[in-house]
Amino acid sequence: MHPVLKLLTQRIALGLVLMLAASVMIFAGTQILPGDVAQSILGQSATPQSLANLRAELGLNDPAWLRYFRWLGAALQGDLGTALTNKQDIATSMGLRLGNTLFLAFWAALISVPTAILLGLIAVRYQGRWPDKLISGVTLATVSVPEFLLGYIVMFYLAVKFRAFPSVATVYDSMSLGEKLNAIALPVIVLVLVVLGHMMRMTRAAILNVMQSAYVETAELKGLRPFTVIARHAFPNAIAPVVNVVMINLAYLVVGVVVVEVVFVYPGMGQYLVDHVSKRDVPVVQACGLVFAAVYIGLNMLADVISILANPRLRHPK
Amino acid sequence: MADTLLDIRNLRIEATAYPPGEAPRDLVIVDDVSLRLDKGRVMGLIGESGAGKSTIGLSAMAYGRGGVRITGGQVLLNGRDILAAGPAGLRALRGREVTYVAQSAAAAFNPARRLMDQVIEATLWHRLAGRAEAEARAIGLFRSLGLPAPETIGNRYPHQVSGGQLQRVMTAMALCPKPDLVIFDEPTTALDVTTQIDVLAAIKTAIRETGVAALYITHDLAVVAQVADEIMVLRHGKMVEAGETGQIITAPRQDYTRALVSVRSIDHAEKPPADEPVLRVEGVTARYPGLPVDVLRNVSVSLDPGHTLAVVGESGSGKSTLARAITGLLPPVAGQMRFAGRTLAPQLAGRTKDDLRELQMIYQMADVAMNPRQTVGTIIGRPLEFYFGLKGAERDARVQDLLDAIEMGKGYADRYPAELSGGQKQRVCIARALAAKPRMIICDEVTSALDPLVADGILRLLLDLQAREGVAYLFITHDLATVRAIADSIAVMHQGRVVRYGTKSEVLAPPFDDYTDLLLSSVPEMRLGWLEGVIASRRMEGAGN
Amino acid sequence: MMRIPISALIGLTLTALYFLGAIFAGLVAPYGMAEIVGDSWEPASAAHWLGTDSIGRDLLSRMIWGGQVTIFVATAGTILSFVTGSVLGFTAAVAGGWIDQALSRFVDLIMAVPALIFALVVLSVMPVTLPVLILVMGLLDATRVFRLARAVAVDITVMDYVEAARLRGERRAWIIFREILPNALSPLVAEMGLRFIFMVLFISTLSFLGLGVQPPLADWGGIVKENKEGIVYGIPAALIPAIAIATLAISVNLVADWILNRTTSLKGGRGG
Repeated sequence: MHPVLKLLTQRIALGLVLMLAASVMIFAGTQILPGDVAQSILGQSATPQSLANLRAELGLNDPAWLRYFRWLGAALQGDLGTALTNKQDIATSMGLRLGNTLFLAFWAALISVPTAILLGLIAVRYQGRWPDKLISGVTLATVSVPEFLLGYIVMFYLAVKFRAFPSVATVYDSMSLGEKLNAIALPVIVLVLVVLGHMMRMTRAAILNVMQSAYVETAELKGLRPFTVIARHAFPNAIAPVVNVVMINLAYLVVGVVVVEVVFVYPGMGQYLVDHVSKRDVPVVQACGLVFAAVYIGLNMLADVISILANPRLRHPK
Repeated sequence: MADTLLDIRNLRIEATAYPPGEAPRDLVIVDDVSLRLDKGRVMGLIGESGAGKSTIGLSAMAYGRGGVRITGGQVLLNGRDILAAGPAGLRALRGREVTYVAQSAAAAFNPARRLMDQVIEATLWHRLAGRAEAEARAIGLFRSLGLPAPETIGNRYPHQVSGGQLQRVMTAMALCPKPDLVIFDEPTTALDVTTQIDVLAAIKTAIRETGVAALYITHDLAVVAQVADEIMVLRHGKMVEAGETGQIITAPRQDYTRALVSVRSIDHAEKPPADEPVLRVEGVTARYPGLPVDVLRNVSVSLDPGHTLAVVGESGSGKSTLARAITGLLPPVAGQMRFAGRTLAPQLAGRTKDDLRELQMIYQMADVAMNPRQTVGTIIGRPLEFYFGLKGAERDARVQDLLDAIEMGKGYADRYPAELSGGQKQRVCIARALAAKPRMIICDEVTSALDPLVADGILRLLLDLQAREGVAYLFITHDLATVRAIADSIAVMHQGRVVRYGTKSEVLAPPFDDYTDLLLSSVPEMRLGWLEGVIASRRMEGAGN
Repeated sequence: MMRIPISALIGLTLTALYFLGAIFAGLVAPYGMAEIVGDSWEPASAAHWLGTDSIGRDLLSRMIWGGQVTIFVATAGTILSFVTGSVLGFTAAVAGGWIDQALSRFVDLIMAVPALIFALVVLSVMPVTLPVLILVMGLLDATRVFRLARAVAVDITVMDYVEAARLRGERRAWIIFREILPNALSPLVAEMGLRFIFMVLFISTLSFLGLGVQPPLADWGGIVKENKEGIVYGIPAALIPAIAIATLAISVNLVADWILNRTTSLKGGRGG
């Protein structure tokens, strides 16, 4: 078997194992307390008899592992259960919101990835001089700032003071793409700012690492133009680390989306999750946790897969 | 003069150091160095680390590595001042008139591109030849450099060929554009001694066939004597002496050069054998956990009290593994070891305090062999406290005795390792071993990270201590000059086996087995014509077979 | 005498200011935490330097009391994450074998799920009280400290001086406390600053989402939540606590950077 294929199989298998394990943890995370779903539904004033009835109805008297497998088996077939609070099918409610979240994340990624790579390149090109220092300083600031501060600053100035965009990002199906983009402009700006710092910093480090390698010096000593040195010698070796950086930050973006959706009251997964945590609607929380974890693990796995594919030592074995 | 190629006048090079937590300060790396190299000649630049030799070499391409600045003087190449050339002028010159061969070819090749593309890149870039012609030229160079499969090796990626081969490919890359000058920056330093001689011979042949001029940078005077027409000796960024190669190695004018030439000329007479050895290793076989290969195979050696057994071999020969087996860090899978009349437990955990005390170890890298957060006094004092229960003033007095024994005097006990020089660090490690009053010390490549003069001092100290304290050394090294200087008996190791073992006079006298012959004949000797002699005799043997 | 760079000086001053404010909140705050002193969202005045909040409490007082909560929770969380993470990390590195494997794989597992998501899952069933918050955040974050501590210790255990101590016959306690720990301290101290920032952001985010500190008690994140409706009417009250969080985070970052730079020089242990 080709070593690349072998490594890829191993990495993907590891990803699947991690997803499985994450599902165990998410399930176990909701079983820590003695109080259970039945208690949550009926509240503290419930009579023992009504509790027992509900437990029997929900299958809570079965051992935890049996309930886990029942839950996972159903989830794998697309059945995420019903919400406790409004008795609606979770998969259906979530489908729409997941679409909205991905729409938001897609536009944020589309803007932030090229910007971060460009800024990273500029920082490397002017390493140690003012553009580099400026970019690094601003980055340090954005990394230390909570997402909701960025959110409210942007809202305060762009929506309230200058009225450039709506302050609340409401979208529905009948809107045109242009209207939708106008509605999500502010959350997209905030998400871009949130990931840009990290992504740019890591891109800068990855490119610098390549630029300081001995083979780049060799290329310079051949008399090649700086552009040719970068295009032929630095770039092919920088792709893998940079793509890796991008993937890791997209995974980070998935988490950032939770807070930003709450700030702008955007009807996505994050808002859905937070609402139901407050309501202690365990099945919804489990389902959302599972989806977030899957996306996060999947993106991290993709980052590793790309690194493996881009490694010349693995592609051309001895 | 019409045929002057490179003329460096009063070169001054500076750099700025940024010590953490302190103000940046400027350092002078090269101070007022001038040299002149004629077309077709080879000049060796020689010096210890920090002598500025690589920096001078790169100045011939007007290149400063890592923030180094040329702040004074002129560099004339073919009569033009290249320091005034500007970026475009420099690009026209680099890779065309001057090319560069780096110490680590493994790092200097782009891992993502095939060798051939990289070898002919400069030739194509400067439009010196078309692709077909450039490739033909490269293949011709591969052949004359003795590379296997010269027609196809260019299709490989850098990680697919060995280190010695890669170094030769790099030489081909430097010669392909037919430059006027090649800078060789320690091209054989990272190689094993038997590989080094082949690469050295290949480089020398290629230089002679192409008629190119070269600056050959190295710390090894014996190596440079084989390839250079003239030599410049550098120290601390200043020129010490320059002259024809024959004059430098036979009639050096400066003390420093004389010391470099006579290094490792310690005359050490072999001691007579003793009745009972202090260490006897019998049929030891060892392997690393999880690996199916035996790194040591049926090794038997013994060491007499107060004697030195040199264990010689190249990387991968198993010589350091032998040390790990003896110390108990890697318990053997077969065989046994007797030490001071007792059987040594294979596991470290099974050994008595006396076993541990009487068997000490000194490491190659003194830097990482001492805890950076402990003072010299603590480092040397701990074995005194641990083995003999010495405390307070008694301990301090003994620490001072030991510091005196390693010729370091007062005031060092309160210092930290980072405040010592390389040689001083190794001396402290010696003192720490001596503090235990050992019967035997394992010295693992203790001089190979040091500059030759410093290493010389350490060897003399070790011999001196042996004469006074009667301690035995198991001396692991790849350097045969060191072996000659210090050994009473020698074990030559190759692929995990002892291939030759006996007293120094026996081992170093013919008839030799093939491997020992190869090893011994590969060690550069400091005389003119040595390389040609070895190559010629190997050809004859090859023809005879 | 060490020269302290200007950025570190700013960081140190601000950090000290915030911590002093938190410790002496009772002395500094002009009004009580829940004391209603005026109308909602009064602008800044001599009586109320930062104005009043959504239900007419003095914003400056509330900020000071909220800072106390934020800093207390973050400090407690950092200590918990640090002690747990570094003890387990060192143990894994020194013990090796199956102990190391088990601990490392478990940590990989926890880190495979984003901390915020996992915290939300757990908080959906747990009662949201200060001890629970500190426990959840501290233990989740301990995974990062574990990785760092283990990596640092593994780097040190392969050093020749540790081998030399083993060959001398030293006990495991000597090796951990005398050979490894002094060399592992400085990267860990710098990391502590970063963990503290993470904790501040984490508790603020949870409170902002309504899942952290519960009313009537409030931390800075909670104060943002209380006043966020004002933003739409052009009242910037919600920005003030948010800015406090950001400046605290940046100050600690500057201090941590300086400590890391200062101690990476191995110029002996003196003053380091």
